[in-house]
Amino acid sequence: MSYLVAALQWLSDPANMSGPNGWQARMAEHLWYTAVATVVACVIGIPLGYAVGHAHRFRTVIVSSTGAARALPTLGVVTLFGLLLGIGLDAPMLAFVLLALPSVLAGAYAGVEGAPRDSVDAARAMGMTEWQILTRVEAPLGMPLLLGGVRSAVLQVLATATLAAYVGAGGLGRFLFLGLKTQNYPMMVASSLVVMGLAIVLDLAFEVVDRLVRRSVPAGAPAS
Amino acid sequence: MTWILDNVGTIAGATWAHVLLALPAIVISFVVAVPVAWLASRFRRSRFILLLFAGLIYAIPSLPLFIILPLVLGTSVRSLVNVVAALGLYGVALMVRYAADALDAVSSDTVLAATAMGYGPWRRFFAVQLPLAGPALLAGLRVVAVSTVSLVPVSALLGVNSLGLLFTDGFQRGIFAEVLAGIVATVVVAVVVDLGLVLLGRLLMPWERPAMMRGLRREVEDQAMVTA
Repeated sequence: MSYLVAALQWLSDPANMSGPNGWQARMAEHLWYTAVATVVACVIGIPLGYAVGHAHRFRTVIVSSTGAARALPTLGVVTLFGLLLGIGLDAPMLAFVLLALPSVLAGAYAGVEGAPRDSVDAARAMGMTEWQILTRVEAPLGMPLLLGGVRSAVLQVLATATLAAYVGAGGLGRFLFLGLKTQNYPMMVASSLVVMGLAIVLDLAFEVVDRLVRRSVPAGAPAS
Repeated sequence: MTWILDNVGTIAGATWAHVLLALPAIVISFVVAVPVAWLASRFRRSRFILLLFAGLIYAIPSLPLFIILPLVLGTSVRSLVNVVAALGLYGVALMVRYAADALDAVSSDTVLAATAMGYGPWRRFFAVQLPLAGPALLAGLRVVAVSTVSLVPVSALLGVNSLGLLFTDGFQRGIFAEVLAGIVATVVVAVVVDLGLVLLGRLLMPWERPAMMRGLRREVEDQAMVTA
């Protein structure tokens, strides 16, 4: 318990809180990494997932890529890229995108591929073009699954971003590794609490958005 | 390559340490998640709370959890108990959802028939529900096992021995082959554990035909894809 108190004291100390090396700035940096990596993964993953999902092809490739991504140790990927690209942000950023991509791809793919055949056939019979079927029928029906994929991606990047400080990037991991090196347990606990808080707040926010999206999607949409 | 040939012993030792951390955590995941999932599947109201809670635990990044958990357990950060407990916690959080779905999928007619035949709650669970939910439980446990194996290396940042040490050591000394060997070995351990679970499933559930398993696998694959 005394460590918890010490950690809270560490967090509330203005010297640790503000400034370019304060935990608030590091938290903003952490969120920035997460946002950039997720957006990049979405820009690549959503069109690709929609294309293969609409065509109902390459299912095995998508399934095995997510399976392989689960088996890949994130620390290994981060250190491997760190050695290849050197100290800095390039290596971790590439690792984040690589680790976030399968979830986004799978969410986009599964939502579109799982759209009820009846609805798709009805849309086609009504004279919709393939593009209209994708954007007006399959994509809206697949929204909850896509959101699920993006949610996993965000949480994955948030977690991996903690490891990024190990290869020289910023983010909240800075305090964790500094604390580990200097045996400063309160500092480690304090930064861990901030990361955990971020993860929980983001997950709950996605839960709320998920509920709103599900409410607006008609029955028969592919379930997760 | 020469690094790998010169350090076969180190790799083997790290692999063994890795397995010794992952296996207990996988067993804990199953043993704890099934009763919790039973609660979730039996009482509708508890389901929402339990699954939300499990989801939140799963959302917590691993390195912070390794650091916070000793405050609750009273162990040191580098203790093996701490690492196994954290891995087990993730495993339980992931497994509960699969197990609740697996138990829900058992036909209620079958459960009612067992009740009508005079099966008590315990016997009904162990002799009817559990075997029928078996294939879906196995499919979920395979996902849990693979993610547990790939999560172990993070503990190397605390100085705990596992294949993760090849990442930290390789990075600090700039040995590319060492990091690569660590990644490959981790994936191999995951694949071997996964195959072991499939074989265990064949032994325990010889009545399951491969065709049925395929249909089920598709469902679990779909779910696992998005919760990756």
